[in-house]
Amino acid sequence: MESTANRACGVHAARLNLVEYAVNFSDSHAPLTKPQALIEAERCYYCYDAPCATACPTSIDIPSFIQRIAQGNDRGAARAILEANPLGGMCARVCPTEVLCEQACVRNTNEDKPVEIGALQRYATDALFDNPGAPLFTRSASTGKRIAVVGAGPAGLACAHGLAMRGNDVVLFDAHPKLGGLNEYGLATYKTTNGFAQKEIDWLLSIGGISVRCNQRLGRDMTVDSLLAGYDAVFLGLGLSGVNAIGIAEPQADGLRNAVDFIAELRQAGSFSDIPVGRRVVVIGGGMTAVDAAVQATKLGAEDVTIVYRRGASAMSASTVEQRWAQTHGVKIKHWSAPKEILSENGKVSGVRFAMTTQRADGGITETDEQFTINADMVLKAIGQTYTADHAGGKIELKGGRIATDEDGHTSVARVWAGGDCRVGGRDLTVEAVEHGKVAAQSIHAALNAA
Amino acid sequence: MADISSNFLGIKSPNPFWLASAPPTDKEINVTRAFEAGWGGVVWKTLGEDPPVVNVNGPRYSTLMSQDRRVIGLNNIELITDRPLMQNLEEIRRVKRAWPDRAMIVSLMVPCVEESWKRILPMVEDVGADGIELNFGCPHGMSERGMGAAVGQVPEYIQMVTEWCKHYSKMPVIVKLTPNITDVRLAARAAKRGGADAVSLINTINSIMGVDLESMVMHPSTGGWGSHGGYCGPAVKPIALNMVGEIARDAETAGLPISGIGGITTWRDAAEYIALGCGTVQVCTAAMVYGFKIVEDMCDGLSNFMDAHGYKTIDDFRGKAVPTVKDWKQLNLKHIDKAVIDQDSCIQCGRCHVVCEDTSHQAIFYKKGENGERKFEINEAECVGCNLCVSICPVPDTISMRTLAVGEVDARTGITVTGEYGNWTTHPNNPQCLTPAEA
Repeated sequence: MESTANRACGVHAARLNLVEYAVNFSDSHAPLTKPQALIEAERCYYCYDAPCATACPTSIDIPSFIQRIAQGNDRGAARAILEANPLGGMCARVCPTEVLCEQACVRNTNEDKPVEIGALQRYATDALFDNPGAPLFTRSASTGKRIAVVGAGPAGLACAHGLAMRGNDVVLFDAHPKLGGLNEYGLATYKTTNGFAQKEIDWLLSIGGISVRCNQRLGRDMTVDSLLAGYDAVFLGLGLSGVNAIGIAEPQADGLRNAVDFIAELRQAGSFSDIPVGRRVVVIGGGMTAVDAAVQATKLGAEDVTIVYRRGASAMSASTVEQRWAQTHGVKIKHWSAPKEILSENGKVSGVRFAMTTQRADGGITETDEQFTINADMVLKAIGQTYTADHAGGKIELKGGRIATDEDGHTSVARVWAGGDCRVGGRDLTVEAVEHGKVAAQSIHAALNAA
Repeated sequence: MADISSNFLGIKSPNPFWLASAPPTDKEINVTRAFEAGWGGVVWKTLGEDPPVVNVNGPRYSTLMSQDRRVIGLNNIELITDRPLMQNLEEIRRVKRAWPDRAMIVSLMVPCVEESWKRILPMVEDVGADGIELNFGCPHGMSERGMGAAVGQVPEYIQMVTEWCKHYSKMPVIVKLTPNITDVRLAARAAKRGGADAVSLINTINSIMGVDLESMVMHPSTGGWGSHGGYCGPAVKPIALNMVGEIARDAETAGLPISGIGGITTWRDAAEYIALGCGTVQVCTAAMVYGFKIVEDMCDGLSNFMDAHGYKTIDDFRGKAVPTVKDWKQLNLKHIDKAVIDQDSCIQCGRCHVVCEDTSHQAIFYKKGENGERKFEINEAECVGCNLCVSICPVPDTISMRTLAVGEVDARTGITVTGEYGNWTTHPNNPQCLTPAEA
């Protein structure tokens, strides 16, 4: 039942009726039915040293879990996934599989149609969370060691789980009222419906040995030093709490926001009709955050939504699939344009003036004289996030603005490990953060319990 | 967590999955890899007398593939081990020492002469083998030398050789049976009379994989000539299950331990063999198609299945399905099933309709709507419950059978279901019909 959105200019809530909101923000991809899952699972060749598993940052044994689905052993499939990736349920929903496991699938050679690994992974993990049964993992005997994990995003959660499983006691701190980090605050609503993020966290915590402290901010309620004094080790999964400035004057005007705040507000909304959105929206940036913000703006009833990016499509960090997702959901993507001025009238955003750009021989970007303006009553900034170093203090060595660590996540400070987006050298992927947390847990456990 | 360990004739293994005597168990390096991967035991590829046999240097294997290029059958013309006896024995000794918790069974095939068995048995016992398996089933190459299937087809020989083995050795004796035989029960009974501790079956089935129509040469061929080979893999599982079931329910051999072989690829296959009475299962083709790692999926699946059904050990469900295997004449002729098509999941391919129309009972209506929409519906007035449509439907769980409840009328015959039992032996159409008193 389609109706016409409220087309009033400016930023307004309740542009649609409740039924439309429900439809727009429902599960973006319907889960596989059992017949679909069986047919898809039977396409897997069970490769040796499988390229898909190599491409997965957490090295999930993909052929095994798919085989188990084909054999009607869904619980075994979930075990194979979750022992490599305790957040395999969320990763199944948000991983850019098209550039990871599914890109590596050997089926691409003759068919251009990889096995739908992500969808199968969701099928197996959904089956487990719907019917958990006996615990999949049990804790080893207590080591008597206590570890502080700061930040309950994918890295911190994976680290806490790995440590607890090995018999260590974990205290999990997070600055927000809810656990989950990006999973709870930073993903588009339609990617994780029905409270899945919290359902997954409940399962993860059910292993025991993890006490939770929410609303605790590092640098305000505790410091790295105070944690080191009270715990045997510290893991920092701090994420990226800062937002890059767009490098031009930002007027104090209604309608100019950070995309991450817009996304978080949507995730925490009691009702979508409470979230105001512009009639014309401009999103500046080229990553997943830009796509999540832009698509959700259209789903809230915005009439024209444009993602503007200063380079071409291939340079966007949003994958091709994500770009297509945006374009098929009414979002226009404008390339080779850099913001010059945020226009405002009467304290409200009215548009953005852009300069066209070209690429130099050295790969850099040059602004041309050609300029254009897009009228907008809402402008969302999504040009990347930054690590805020002052929370953890100045002792920890940084590299390129993020925490420098060795392969195991050990920082320059004894007994302090770090992982996830706050750690240098990653691709800012959920699945990578999980791997950081998992490996750090192994490393912390080995270091603390060395005979 | 269920306990999936097995104790077969006192031979313990951490799981019931053994590798069958075959190429994967011919050498120390392979068996070590298998144990590292988690296999519960192996039956070492058949040893014979020196000098070793000589294999052909050409194709030894060939497969039958389904349309989606999955291997459903494998044929081979390998012989017994082609390496010297002492080399194999030394390797067996080393591997058993390194892996004391795994089952190490040694397959044997020597000429049908008492002296030959008397000579080889102490050597095998000496290297620490847990048991022996007598290869009376190899259908090719060896049978032409008076061994293998040639022995397995003569019950008196089976009994005689088994007796020799029980006489000259303390090791448990498993007799491996050939399926290339009219009635496998005769071979199993002979093994039992000879004192066999267990039987294992099936060995491979005589087969020719195909013909190259361009060159008019059978396939595969060694330089233009081929020979029949032994056939195994998923395609033989029903044949093997039947033979296992026949031995399990035969009055003379009931209770004789069985190691099941034939097309076991998944935990489910293994559970079916166990349900028909097997204490262990042996695998070859699946390992040769996917590698040794599959044992993890098998163990995990079996364990989850047992947990889900409350079985704590393998013995809790071993043989549970044997009482359900009967002669046709015992089946209830008063039981009535009808096919049901789930319209929600039907993809309208129409195959059920055409096969029923062409080859069965014309019991599926094909209705075309005004706008060309297709619909397939069961006509219960014609449906005999033959299960063909269920068996060929490409979508899982779309067509099923429902059993008519007591009081329901069979639309085909007009007969009301009473819930009574009545079989062919008491049916009026049977010329040898028994009176109720005789039945």
